[in-house]
Amino acid sequence: MPKRTDLKKILIIGSGPIVISQACEFDYSGAQACKALREEGFSVVLVNSNPATIMTDPEMADRTYIEPITAEILEKVIEQERPDALLPTLGGQTALNVTVQLAERGVLERYQVELIGAKLDAIQRAENRELFKRTMESVGLEVPRAGYARTLEEARDIAQTIGFPVVIRPSFTLGGTGGGVAYNAEEFERIAKLGLERSMVGQISVEESVIGWKEFELEVMRDRADNVVIVCSIENFDPMGVHTGDSITVAPAQTLTDREYQEMRDAAITVIRAIGVETGGSNIQFAVHPDSGRLLVIEMNPRVSRSSALASKATGFPIAKIAAKLAVGYTLNELANDITKQTPACFEPAIDYVVVKLPRFAFEKFPAADPTLTIQMKSVGETMAIGRTFTEALQKGLRGLEIRKDGWDADAGTTPLDVLRQRLAVPTAERIFQLKEALVAGVSLEEIHRLTKIDRWFLRQLYTLVEEEKTLAAAQETMRACVEAASGSAIRTSGAAWLSRAKQRGFSDRQLARLWELDEATIRNWRSEWGVMPTYYLVDTCAAEFEAKTPYYYSTYEMPHVILGGEGRRAKGEGEVGAPHPSPPTLHPIKKVMVLGGGPNRIGQGIEFDYCCVHAAFALRELGVEVIMVNSNPETVSTDYDTSDTLYFEPVTLEDVWNIVQRERPDGVIVQFGGQTPLNLTNGLAKLGVPILGTKAASIDAAEDREKFKRLLDELGLRQPPSGTALTMDEATLTARAIGFPCLVRPSYVLGGRAMEIVYDEEQLQLFARRALEASPGFPVLIDRFLEDAIEVDVDLVGDGEMFVIGGILEHIEEAGIHSGDSAMVLPPHTLGDEPLAEIRAAAHKLARALRVVGLMNVQFAVKDDAVYVLEVNPRASRTVPFISKAVGVPLAKAATRAMVGISLREQGWTEEVIPPFLAVKESVFPFSRFAGVDIGLGPEMRSTGEVMGIDEEFGRAFIKSQIAAGQLLPRQGVVFVSVKNRDKRAVILVAQRLEALGFQLVATHGTAKALQRYGVDAKPVKKIHEGRPNVLDLIKSGQIQLVINTPSGRLPRADEIQIRSAAAMLGIPCITTIAGAQASVSGIAAVLKRELTVTPIQRYHDRIRAQRAGTKPEGGM
Amino acid sequence: MTTRTQTAWLVLEDGTAFPGRSVGAAGEAFGEAVFNTSMTGYQEILTDPSYKGQVVAMTYPHIGNYGVNDEDAESRRPWVEGFVMRELSPVASNFRSVESLEAYLKRHNVVALDGVDTRALTLKLREQGSMRCGISTTEPDPEELLARVRASPDIVGVDLVKEVTCQEPYDWPRPSLPVCAFAGSRVEETTRQRANAPTRQQRSVVVMDFGVKYGILRRLAAAGCRVTVVPAATPVADILARKPDGVVLSNGPGDPAAVPYAVETIRALMGEVPMLGICLGHQLLGLACGGETFKLKFGHHGGNHPVQDLATGKVEITTQNHNFAVRLDTIPGGRVEETHANLNDGTLEGMRHAGLPIFSLQYHPEASPGPHDARYMFGRFKELLAAQ
Repeated sequence: MPKRTDLKKILIIGSGPIVISQACEFDYSGAQACKALREEGFSVVLVNSNPATIMTDPEMADRTYIEPITAEILEKVIEQERPDALLPTLGGQTALNVTVQLAERGVLERYQVELIGAKLDAIQRAENRELFKRTMESVGLEVPRAGYARTLEEARDIAQTIGFPVVIRPSFTLGGTGGGVAYNAEEFERIAKLGLERSMVGQISVEESVIGWKEFELEVMRDRADNVVIVCSIENFDPMGVHTGDSITVAPAQTLTDREYQEMRDAAITVIRAIGVETGGSNIQFAVHPDSGRLLVIEMNPRVSRSSALASKATGFPIAKIAAKLAVGYTLNELANDITKQTPACFEPAIDYVVVKLPRFAFEKFPAADPTLTIQMKSVGETMAIGRTFTEALQKGLRGLEIRKDGWDADAGTTPLDVLRQRLAVPTAERIFQLKEALVAGVSLEEIHRLTKIDRWFLRQLYTLVEEEKTLAAAQETMRACVEAASGSAIRTSGAAWLSRAKQRGFSDRQLARLWELDEATIRNWRSEWGVMPTYYLVDTCAAEFEAKTPYYYSTYEMPHVILGGEGRRAKGEGEVGAPHPSPPTLHPIKKVMVLGGGPNRIGQGIEFDYCCVHAAFALRELGVEVIMVNSNPETVSTDYDTSDTLYFEPVTLEDVWNIVQRERPDGVIVQFGGQTPLNLTNGLAKLGVPILGTKAASIDAAEDREKFKRLLDELGLRQPPSGTALTMDEATLTARAIGFPCLVRPSYVLGGRAMEIVYDEEQLQLFARRALEASPGFPVLIDRFLEDAIEVDVDLVGDGEMFVIGGILEHIEEAGIHSGDSAMVLPPHTLGDEPLAEIRAAAHKLARALRVVGLMNVQFAVKDDAVYVLEVNPRASRTVPFISKAVGVPLAKAATRAMVGISLREQGWTEEVIPPFLAVKESVFPFSRFAGVDIGLGPEMRSTGEVMGIDEEFGRAFIKSQIAAGQLLPRQGVVFVSVKNRDKRAVILVAQRLEALGFQLVATHGTAKALQRYGVDAKPVKKIHEGRPNVLDLIKSGQIQLVINTPSGRLPRADEIQIRSAAAMLGIPCITTIAGAQASVSGIAAVLKRELTVTPIQRYHDRIRAQRAGTKPEGGM
Repeated sequence: MTTRTQTAWLVLEDGTAFPGRSVGAAGEAFGEAVFNTSMTGYQEILTDPSYKGQVVAMTYPHIGNYGVNDEDAESRRPWVEGFVMRELSPVASNFRSVESLEAYLKRHNVVALDGVDTRALTLKLREQGSMRCGISTTEPDPEELLARVRASPDIVGVDLVKEVTCQEPYDWPRPSLPVCAFAGSRVEETTRQRANAPTRQQRSVVVMDFGVKYGILRRLAAAGCRVTVVPAATPVADILARKPDGVVLSNGPGDPAAVPYAVETIRALMGEVPMLGICLGHQLLGLACGGETFKLKFGHHGGNHPVQDLATGKVEITTQNHNFAVRLDTIPGGRVEETHANLNDGTLEGMRHAGLPIFSLQYHPEASPGPHDARYMFGRFKELLAAQ
């Protein structure tokens, strides 16, 4: 069945900001879909509020709406664009949910928009628990038995039919508290009673417990002709009970016999047919009882998912791309397998390696959060590793996770056994390391299995590593003797054998150096000298059965084979070198460039950096330069095999990067785009003679090292807040006293404000300076005077070494002290005067010139009482690069990349800062609703996971768009609760007066109410939590408050403030924690009350910029 | 532990030598080197008689993870000449497992290696085509082993069927064999009940055993057939004397051209009784129809081959295990019709006799191991019998 010709224009909805459980995998899938559909000649309309995505690049779709993803806004887009079809399955749950709303509101029918991929009834069958259960039962499949109860009697009845153990979950509680597993009637009574009390609607669900069952996922594709294939099977290392996003997962499934696997395959095919997903990919999750093989269907995502992205990267099968093509009518056999080109996409990938995915957590950012892993996802990123064995892949993955582990490391012997046993029974981020402690301590595999329910196969694999490490440790004497031994000596031959064996188990050079008490360089040099180098094998979808045309590699260590014959034995261990690509003719001496990615997403280093890496690849390919990408994050566009010429799916560590450099010999390596991960490798790589492109390592060091940086600023005559550095606690105290409080304490070489704090007295200093010293050991901490109430400004700039052009100047909305990654920002600045702006521009240029910036640079300034201070300089891509690029219509990372390979900005035709004739607001998105009880107040430590963009003609409208897009649904009427710290009382009066004028009612705590009443605002007083009931918390919980304005009273906020803000976050009531935020929000509300919002594609904004530039400077054109 | 670290060799006839560890029986074995890309189902592969004469290398690195059980065997014993893996599991983790793979290989005297770079081996075979090989756990010098590999017999032209066929006829199911009680899901049961509803009446089928897999017998029985298995050399008269409603020509090892007696039998049965040919059975039918067979470069061995039903356009993901194939254009015109084609390389996957109730499949509709997409073929055969 060929492509449908009745469709011309297709609407794709993205997934919006990066949040926990919806990350850049949907940029990967959406970008693939856009490309695939345009390749087929369709006109693509895209809606996504996230500017940090590749899919929202203006050339990816015909019309790109960077607008909030809500039914109201989408209706406007549909009205304006009149698409023939809507493809709802590529933008995660966000796209699916909004599609259902559009259908239910009759919008799709009204404008005759056909749903392709999955129809409404299929989506509903998959999403609605009850419908899903009935559908499964109708085709002979089982789901966990469950029921809902409103009374204890009802609950008992349900439990009786199901049998113990059962899981009790109160419906609608704050953060899912109050549930539990009951193993007997007595426990049941207690938990059920508590659950009914805790539930806000007095209801609990009682469900058959599948905790500890084996967990599997299958990725399924179906086409219009009902051909169905399984792309990949995934087995979870962590059994049922831990969200699959938080589990260590392994592909393919390891512990199923063929008979069991095929049963599961049959079930998956039955599910996709029964649910009725017409075309595309679905993800189906199963639980299997370990002792009987009983198979339960847990859930089905009728769309592309996080697991689909993983499966695509794990197998080389581009699920999203194929799904898009199937949605427009193709069948699987009509599409080619991209990797082999010769064989069709209608097949099931055979893989000959093991893929391990590891979650990356951010609990250090949320110390108050419960670190137990549950069915609610808490991880913020992931890394994937490929090896020929599970142990090799696991070790690679753990060192790629960048949590200061060089592999599967643990401090064995430090935890008492009984404590260890207790810990093992509770899944946490640390459990994988606790397993090692337990195994080293001699806890039996059976006991560990009993405590964790982790399959014996995995545990036995881990034990192999423990055994191997012991054996390797015993070789220490031999290895150390090799240091002195002559090359070619018997002891060195033996050393080579040991080294080769260790590498096959995935041990890193650093692990071995530690084990043998040598240094990393010694191990590396030996490997080079003794030929213990990795083999690079291809991810080829077919286990080498057919030739792969796509160079997508992973490293492994194999026993080399030999060729027998006359000339003696020759080692032949190089694996597939692959046809070395003849470099296309190019005008530049640089023909081959390696781009280092950022590894797993984390707070502070996310999609924005991947965006820059992808742009680097695109820019280089446009120039005909061969691009090698190195990264370990399966969610990203950078690890799509189409993005670069050659992809190495490898951990971004010195060892792994150096190995690839040995093989590829690139003319240059780009380290400044992937965030702190590659930047931290700069010195190590430079020392090994690896050519680094762009700003020199010495300049990077001058900007990163606080002491050197201070000197630089002094030389340039730039103002900095009074500051000092300290290497010890005593020094820190002395420095802080000299500078005066409040001051800001921060470590060197970290991203996302890790361990950065504002301290108001010596007591706090003691606590936080210690944390900062620990966060960057061996490097000084910087202590700055904190500029209270200053306005912060971010500047991103591109340089070619001689000319420097400002990409954009962003004014923060929140006052100084809030991490720049968490602040809302406006471009162009909306309150700063011309003088400070001129000073900022001059300072940025001075710094860039002094550091001879080639590529990107980010500078943070603070403006206090019209004086401009430099806060920090980052000679690398910053988080704001994609946002600015979208706002000003100049792809900064591409311009920077071209500069790095020697094309001057003048040659590029971009020599002047672009100041757009409209406003763009960037707002941050936080994961607070995931972490019950965590304070949502903002501070110098970054905690946001994602961002959105609002663009419009005036500030208020752009701001409210950014708020809607961030899920902060500011009300248009209703009751506002106001409670601010004393210092803000004066400022809040104006906010309150404006709200009252807009028709809002106000309630306030006594102090605030009194202040407001004096200014004529009719604010009703309400009790604080400790003043009795009904208090403000009761009002919030009962839905009587539509907006909360609550500014924290200090660095260590009072418990009741936290409760108020946390409750609002959980209930989705917008909560504003700064006066600046409140002022901006009121402007937004006023703007939307004055005139309804409208939607405009980014391409039209860019046209206006081009017209403006053409008007002022006709020869300039990019 | 000592045996696990002992060096063993796999040597290809072109002189490529792969070091490995001995993990099965001690000794030496020779055969044609083939790779199998199935990620599960090693027990079924080991016991598939079609592998007689072959040393099988698994491309998936972890083998033995779920041990060996009583229910998933495809015949009474393993038939591979040798078994090659990247990594044999030190533990068997599955509720049905009764024995570790290592113990099983030793008990059945199968020479086996792990630690072998099976991807490099596969690349070699893909590029150079199938080759003879030898594996040895006793010969320390690979050059010596190479000499013996080069002296070993080639698989072409050798009748391997006589090595694997049963000695006496028997009825299926055999009471002595354990039946799998495992029911992970009830999907298959449900669909089978539906499929069988109109033709519940049993039909009798004789299976010519060229190396039959139990999977075929299980599927025939499940489709509602009374099954009798007879030796490969059973005379036509004996087969017809059983008054079968249909005859199934089973899978089996090696070169179809080396089994002329079977071709004769099949030719004589044509027109007498409806037939279904599977794998070697399909190739023998091709020969009986006057066609020729040829040897593929490295064969098809795996569970992910897309096959298109040319009548409906639908694609099935199939299990395949063959080194030889029927050259369709050598069969005299009009005698047969191509019904199925391999989407990877276009080779013939299924044909139907133009005038007689006979059809055949190059792939394995019984799967085991592999996807169940083509199981309906047994139902189709049953319908064909019912229609006669």
